[in-house]
Amino acid sequence: MKKSLLYHARKSAALTVIFLLAVLPACQQAAKVTTSSAAPAAVSTSAAATTSAVVETKTVPAKPENPIVRLSTTTSVNDSGLLPELEKAFENSTGYDLEIIANGTGAAIKLGESGDADVLLVHAKASEEAFVTAGFGVERIPFMHNYFVIAGAPEDKAKVTACTDAVSAFKAIAAAKADFVSRGDDSGTNKAELAIWKNAGITPSGDWYISAGKGMGPCLTMAGEMQAYILTDKATYLSTKAQTGLAICLGESEDMKNTYSLIAVNPDKNPGVNVKGAQAWIDFMLSDQARAMISDYGIKEYGEPLFFYDGSPS
Amino acid sequence: MDDMTTFESVFAAFISGDGELYRILGLTVCMTLLSTGFSLLAGFPTGAFMASCSFPGKKLLRRIIQTCMSLPPVVAGLLVFLLLSRRGPLGSMQLLFSLPAMVIAQFLLIFPIVVSLTLSAIESRQKAINQTIFTLGLPRYKTYLLMLWECRRNLLTVMLTGFGRSLSEVGAVMMVGGNIQGKTRVMTTAIMLETNKGNFSAAIALGLVLLLLAFLINAIANHFQEADHD
Repeated sequence: MKKSLLYHARKSAALTVIFLLAVLPACQQAAKVTTSSAAPAAVSTSAAATTSAVVETKTVPAKPENPIVRLSTTTSVNDSGLLPELEKAFENSTGYDLEIIANGTGAAIKLGESGDADVLLVHAKASEEAFVTAGFGVERIPFMHNYFVIAGAPEDKAKVTACTDAVSAFKAIAAAKADFVSRGDDSGTNKAELAIWKNAGITPSGDWYISAGKGMGPCLTMAGEMQAYILTDKATYLSTKAQTGLAICLGESEDMKNTYSLIAVNPDKNPGVNVKGAQAWIDFMLSDQARAMISDYGIKEYGEPLFFYDGSPS
Repeated sequence: MDDMTTFESVFAAFISGDGELYRILGLTVCMTLLSTGFSLLAGFPTGAFMASCSFPGKKLLRRIIQTCMSLPPVVAGLLVFLLLSRRGPLGSMQLLFSLPAMVIAQFLLIFPIVVSLTLSAIESRQKAINQTIFTLGLPRYKTYLLMLWECRRNLLTVMLTGFGRSLSEVGAVMMVGGNIQGKTRVMTTAIMLETNKGNFSAAIALGLVLLLLAFLINAIANHFQEADHD
């Protein structure tokens, strides 16, 4: 069956139009992202040009000289949903544009060392102190905390529910050789877990100790599938609870406290960083507005706060 | 011993035959051979069948298979994950986070590539083949085998493409394998892990080791290809 040339021409034209309609909006989106991430490079060469660009695209109150602040943080902070809310409030009140880069703690701190971030929001005390001591960071400012929890299958094979602190819970899990999923990725949560094993005097190994090397969310999914125990931050646990079916076996105990800090990247080591922008973000996080947002976060959705504010008293 | 955090330590482990690195390499080779092997076993006959027969819906089927060549690995991983999950239809088999799960997910990715490329390899030589083969009056399965044999040099390239896809793929194996140390951690997921840890130089070193492995596989294949040519 031979179809006319006109038919084929029409058909190809229609297909092309459909394809373009699908692709064009995506391209525009991509172009927007490219312009915003290309901006820091432009700033160093011509601050004036960038300022005029900001006037065109934004109608926010203040017009900072260098509007891009690059925040390097860990996946767990970003996944909890708190950070995007703080970001919006910060951008509205200061006119800065906060770019959030979420990685594992190791990579998050590395971005500060290489000057690819202006400010850090992380939770691994030893690594943070090393970062500041080496001169990469200005000062470590602890500003909020929450608690890790031990989650597991509701059957609670190792009787963790009967324990009062994390060390005795880990001892019970090891004694029962119950499956335990470890992040195994050098993250803040992983480091906290290893510290608890050390305090318990146990070197975990064997088939029951599953070193997964993945983020918090995927590890919780894995623990749910394997009906295993896992050390997790409460925010990520709550947001995946419905899918994993895991229960909290041990809640807040003092040896599972998890402190979050802010560190501005030191311009002495990396002259290109946005010092003013980093300071604006830190000032915002220590403000009453951020205090209220952090203290209230989670109450509406989960009936309890997920984070406890430790910043400057109001 | 198990320290693989810097560029130098990865190569030291590579040269000294360190257990951890070679366990990862062994698992990678095993996974690649299995997933590519199954894909070729199923894909070559399917491609040969589609090239030699005409049936209603063939054109559509071909387009669907070609579309599946762009199946995102994460989607393939997600499908297998849902299938094998504890709450999934095959959950009772307890295959999730194991080597078989990784092979199944990679099969979904490689099979369409093998079928499509086999199909076009045979079609490009269809005329010459038809003249020689169909005059012989062989049974159908022998016709297929002969057809594949005639295109063996092209099919070797198909095989290498499959290997490449399997070796370099990370999204699906991360999802259904889980990157469990000593059990489902392969080269790509190990690279991902070191990157997330911030050990960028170790990640690059592992990447080079992976490329070395790919080079080795290609060298063996090319050796056969050239031997065949002489």
